[in-house]
Order: sequence, then structure tokens, then C-alpha cells
Amino acid sequence: MTQLVYLIPLFPLIGFLINGLGWRTIPKTAAGVIGSLAILASFVVSVGIFFEVNSPSFHGPVLVHLFDFIQTGKLYIPFTFQVDALSTLFLLIITGVGFLIHVYSTSYMHHDEGMVKYFAFLNLFVFSMLLLVLGANYLVMFIGWEGVGLCSYLLIGFWFKNRDYTNAAKKAFVMNRIGDLGFLVGMMMILFNYGTLSYGEFFGKLGTTPGALGDNTYNWIAICLFIGAIGKSAQIPLYTWLPDAMAGPTPVSALIHAATMVTAGIYMIARSSVLYNLAPFTLHIVAIIGLATAIFAATVAIKQYDIKKVLAYSTVSQLGFMFLALGVGAYTTAVFHVMTHAFFKALLFLGSGSVIHAMGGEQDIRLMGGLGKKMRVTQITFLIGCLAISGIPGFSGFFSKDEILAATYAHDPILYYMALAAAMMTAFYMFRLYFLTFTGTFRGTHDQEHHLHESPSAMTIPLIVLAILSVVGGYVGLPAVISEHHALASYLSPVVSNASEHHMAAGTEWLLMGLSSGLSVVMIIYAFTANKVPSFAPNTGLAKLLENKWYVDEIYDAIIVRPLAALSGLLDKFVEKSGIDGIVNGVGKGVRYGSDRIRMLQSGQVGFYIFVMVLGMVALFAITFFGVKL
Amino acid sequence: MPILPLHYMFLSLTLFCIGIMGVLIRRNAIIIFMCVELMLNAVNLLMVAFSKMYVDAGAQVFVFFIMVVAAAEVAVGLAVIVMMYRKVHSVDVNILNRLKH
Repeated sequence: MTQLVYLIPLFPLIGFLINGLGWRTIPKTAAGVIGSLAILASFVVSVGIFFEVNSPSFHGPVLVHLFDFIQTGKLYIPFTFQVDALSTLFLLIITGVGFLIHVYSTSYMHHDEGMVKYFAFLNLFVFSMLLLVLGANYLVMFIGWEGVGLCSYLLIGFWFKNRDYTNAAKKAFVMNRIGDLGFLVGMMMILFNYGTLSYGEFFGKLGTTPGALGDNTYNWIAICLFIGAIGKSAQIPLYTWLPDAMAGPTPVSALIHAATMVTAGIYMIARSSVLYNLAPFTLHIVAIIGLATAIFAATVAIKQYDIKKVLAYSTVSQLGFMFLALGVGAYTTAVFHVMTHAFFKALLFLGSGSVIHAMGGEQDIRLMGGLGKKMRVTQITFLIGCLAISGIPGFSGFFSKDEILAATYAHDPILYYMALAAAMMTAFYMFRLYFLTFTGTFRGTHDQEHHLHESPSAMTIPLIVLAILSVVGGYVGLPAVISEHHALASYLSPVVSNASEHHMAAGTEWLLMGLSSGLSVVMIIYAFTANKVPSFAPNTGLAKLLENKWYVDEIYDAIIVRPLAALSGLLDKFVEKSGIDGIVNGVGKGVRYGSDRIRMLQSGQVGFYIFVMVLGMVALFAITFFGVKL
Repeated sequence: MPILPLHYMFLSLTLFCIGIMGVLIRRNAIIIFMCVELMLNAVNLLMVAFSKMYVDAGAQVFVFFIMVVAAAEVAVGLAVIVMMYRKVHSVDVNILNRLKH
């Protein structure tokens, strides 16, 4: 079955080609069916491969060679897929959650005239993401990496007639690109020092042959690759594209900016765990940046009034948690949180899409309230998602987040307290969102109130499935005090292993778990009391700072965008117009001037022609008889 | 004073230069032709002088060639001028500038 792994990206590619080439002729429902079936087929194959990988008789990563991609001189890079525990897990997440989101989209996007194009882009995105996780070398991963960046651009700017949306799409793509430069430099360093980009060969050579930069080689390569992850997974300083990316349709936000694309950075670092274990300085940077992002984004989310912006900053914050886990060496924990986050964040986004659908396009939570009465299923599933993300015991988020916090505490208690603060803020802003949206009294217009209704089953069934997963998804990773067997860690251990197994006293573990759960409950109650009678007075002071996202976009604009634009203007005036255009036009002018002068020779007067002949004769005479050198 | 071949060369040179000046300065096409004939005859004179100087008959034979060429050229040239006159009704060279474009 593992030999059939090439089918997994093939189905979405076929779906993309059919929908993409026939977008004028294919009817809307057919497009939805084709797109969803393609992902379902990939999911079925992924499940089959999972059972084979999970069985005890599976040994080592299986490499499925497709064709020789680059073969020049000493450089040989094959197009190979690697089937092992890590890639299979991501396959399941991508195709499983992707399928649910496709089904949801068939209903959500039904009234949109570009629905066929939408499904084509979605399939292309899944294809690229699958390439990313299946690649057996960094180059195939990079192909997928770029592909998901492209599809992110296409899908964010899907409603292309709106200027703001297309600007957001450009912003996402350009920021991704900045990170990609780091990734490329990292790849080139790997190639230069070790001559290969394949994971197996590269990791084998690590530790034995020192690179050109001596001991620091590993750190430099790791940092460059991490810069790519910063751009792709929206960490400080390259995170501002993600909140703006909410301009795209909500299922896109669920798939790309919650469950899959933004987790590519974590996948890359988890895959390169061998390298990062040899670069402790870089791991330290990863942890710091992850923690800073987690706290920073959480503070902004507290004061946002757009339902999708709260979720966007929440995503940035949770990604920060994942990088924090990577930075303290707990790679499997980060992957665990990727899995649970995919479930509950996709659930939350799809739930918000259901709300937006019912509100007729309105996204401001100040105009919502009391929606729970009319939308029971959405309310209950959204509540489950909020409970999961807040880390309430019993739900999936509790297990993964507490594992991160425990690993952080074992590494450095100070980081733990800061991470705990971020977790508390998470509980607060998520439940603020829940209470303001689903409880209380409705604050919108009369027309909107009449329009409120529960969403059709194509939208609610994925919500229910994701809610179930958000509850049970955590039980594959039980903490050590409850069960000896951490199913996920032992599943991933042949491929990814944590840097060091910290064994904490059982008492400490219980204490940490209780502390985080208790504080989360406290914050939930605080959110409830603070929003019982909501007042939306204009914010001042710190609240205003948070509402305006710490003015980061404005700072970037002033420090980076304006100077660059001014520099471009200067270059345009002096180099382009006067210089290059001057040279090109000048050549033309010079030729014209010269030809005007030479034209005078053609006077048509016979006398002048004879005179010139005589001159020529004299010159010949001089040369012949007096040896005047030419 | 005996007449040296050198004197013939000077005379030939003078006639040649007068011929060139005439070709360059005169406006009437027929006069220009006469000056061309003058140049040719100057060369003839030079040839004959050299023939006497180096005791070589070949130069005198060459003089015959030059005379033949001169005659043919005059025939053709005068025919062209007659044709032009029929068009423009003038033999002024400054008006004959159809070669301008």
C-alpha cells in the first residue's frame, strides 16, 4: 500500500485540473462533488497507509521514487516520497480535515459565482500541502512550500474585485517570500556543505562531518531554515499577514490558516529534529520567538471585535505555543498540538463561518449576541471548541497544551510562567468571544434578527465531526502520570524524538495540570462576568493600543514600506528615467542627429560631387606618393 | 635654353590644374566638358614627354587609347546633355540636381 502513496497527491491534482480547466462549463454542485471526492479518495489511501505504518511489522521510512528531478554533474536530487510515521500523521490531518472543509464549502460557497474556481484552488492547495509533507528531500518540500504560498494568495484574494482583499493577498505572499529567502539560503548551505538535500543522507552525515563554518554550521543552517518557518507560520516579526488574510472565505481561513499551511513550519522543524538537536542556540531563539508571539498575539486578541480577527490572532498565539514546544526540545509535543489545534481551530473557524452566514455577512461581534437560541448546533460545537482551546481537562487541547507547559517548566520555569499567562489570556478572549456572540441579547438590526437560522446540514455535520474529534483527539497523548503509554510519542519515536526526556515528579505534574486548569476556569468566569452587560465605549489607553494591534502595521509601514517606496521613487526618477531611458533615447537621438548631418552630402549638385571626387584623388595621390599613413 | 622634359611636365601640370579648376567652378555643362577634355589632353602631353624621355613607344600608344576614350565619352556625355536640355531648357549644372533625393 505504501507504494501507492503517489495516488494521494494525484487525486487532488486531477480535481484541480478538471475544475480549473472547466470552470466555465462545470455546474456548481458537480464542482463541489469532484473536489470533495478527490480529497476523500486521498483520505482513504492515507488511512490504508496509516494502518500499514502503525503495524509492528513496518520498518523504517519507505522511499517511493518517482523520477529523477535534477541530475547535473555531481548534483543529484530525485523526486521521492517518504512514507513514515510523521508524514503519515500529517497526511491524515490534511486529508481528513480537508475533506470536512470541502464538504462545508459546498454549502457555504453555494451562492458564489466563482465556486468552481474556488474548488480548483482548494484542490491545488491540498496537492501542494501533500507534496510538502510527503517529500523525501528539502527540495520537494520547498516545491510544496511555494505551492501553498501561491494558493494562499489565490484564495485570500478570491473575491478579487475588492482592492483591500487583493492587498491582503499580496501582503501574505510577500511576507511568505521574505521567509522563503531564509529557507533557500538554508537549503543552499546544506547542499554546499553536505552535497545532498535528502533527509536520510543529510541526517546521516550530520554529527560526523563538520561543515565549512565549523561548529557554527548547524546553527546557521538551522536559523536560516527557521526564518522560512517564521514567514510561513506567522511568527514575530512576519505574522501581520495572517490577520489580514481573514479577507478570504471562511473555509479558506479554516483550512489554510488554521489547520494546514501555517503548520508547515512546525512540520519542517520536527522533520529536521536531528539538525536542531545539534543547534541548541537556535532552539533557544525558536523558544523565545514562539513565546513572545504567543503572548503578543494573545494580548491583541483580547480587544478585537471581528469574530475572525480574534480567531486569527488566536491562531498566531497557538502557533507560538507550538514553536515554544519545539524550542524546548519537545518535538512530538508540538506535533501533538498541531493535531489537536487542527481539530478545534478548524471547528472554531467553521463555526464562525456558520455565524457569519446566519448574520448575512456581518462579522462584528458588537452586533451579535444571543445567537445560541436560534443556532443550537453551532453554539454547542463552538462551545466545545472554546473548551478545547482553553485547556479544560477532558478535551483534546488540555492534553497537548499541558504537555507543552510541562516541557517548558522542565526546561526553564520562568518561560513556564510566561506561557501560563498566555494560556490564561487564551481562555479569556475565547470565552469573551463565545459569550458576546452566543449569549445575552441580540444587538444587531431587526432584519438581521429575522434572518437568523441554523445552517444546512452540509455545514453542521462537519462541525459535529470536528467537535467529536476535539474531544477525543487528545487521548492519544496521555500524560505520564495517568498512563505509561503515550500513544503518539511511541508512534512517532522512530522518526522524531524529543531532545531529552524530562522525568518530573508525579506531584509536580499534577500540580502543573491543576494550576493551568484552575487558572483557565478562573479566566472563563472572569470573561463571563465582564461581558454580562457589555459596554462598547471607545477604547482609551492600553485598550486602544491592543485594539489597534500595538500599531505594528503602522510601524512597519513607516519603517519599511515608506522608505522602500521613496527609494523606488528616487531610482525611478534618476536611474530609470534619466539614466536608462536617457541612454536608450540618447542613442536614438544621436543617430538622428548624425544622419541629419550626413544627409547634407546628398545635395544633388553635380559640382559638389565632382569636388568630392577631386578631394579623393588628392588623398590617393598623397598616400601613394608621399607614403602618408592611413 | 634647351627645353627639358621637366618643362613639359610643368606645362602638363598647369593645364591639368586649370582643367580641374574649370570643372569645379564653371556652371555651364558644356564648358565643364571642355575642361575635362583639357585635363585629358594634359595627360596626353605628359605621356608623350615621358615617351621621349625614356625612349619608350608604349606611352605614345597609350595616348591613342586615351584619345579614343575621350571621343567616346564626349559622344555619350553630349547626348545626355541634349536630353536634359529638352527637359529643363538650361545647361546650368546648379539646376541639374535631381540626384538630391
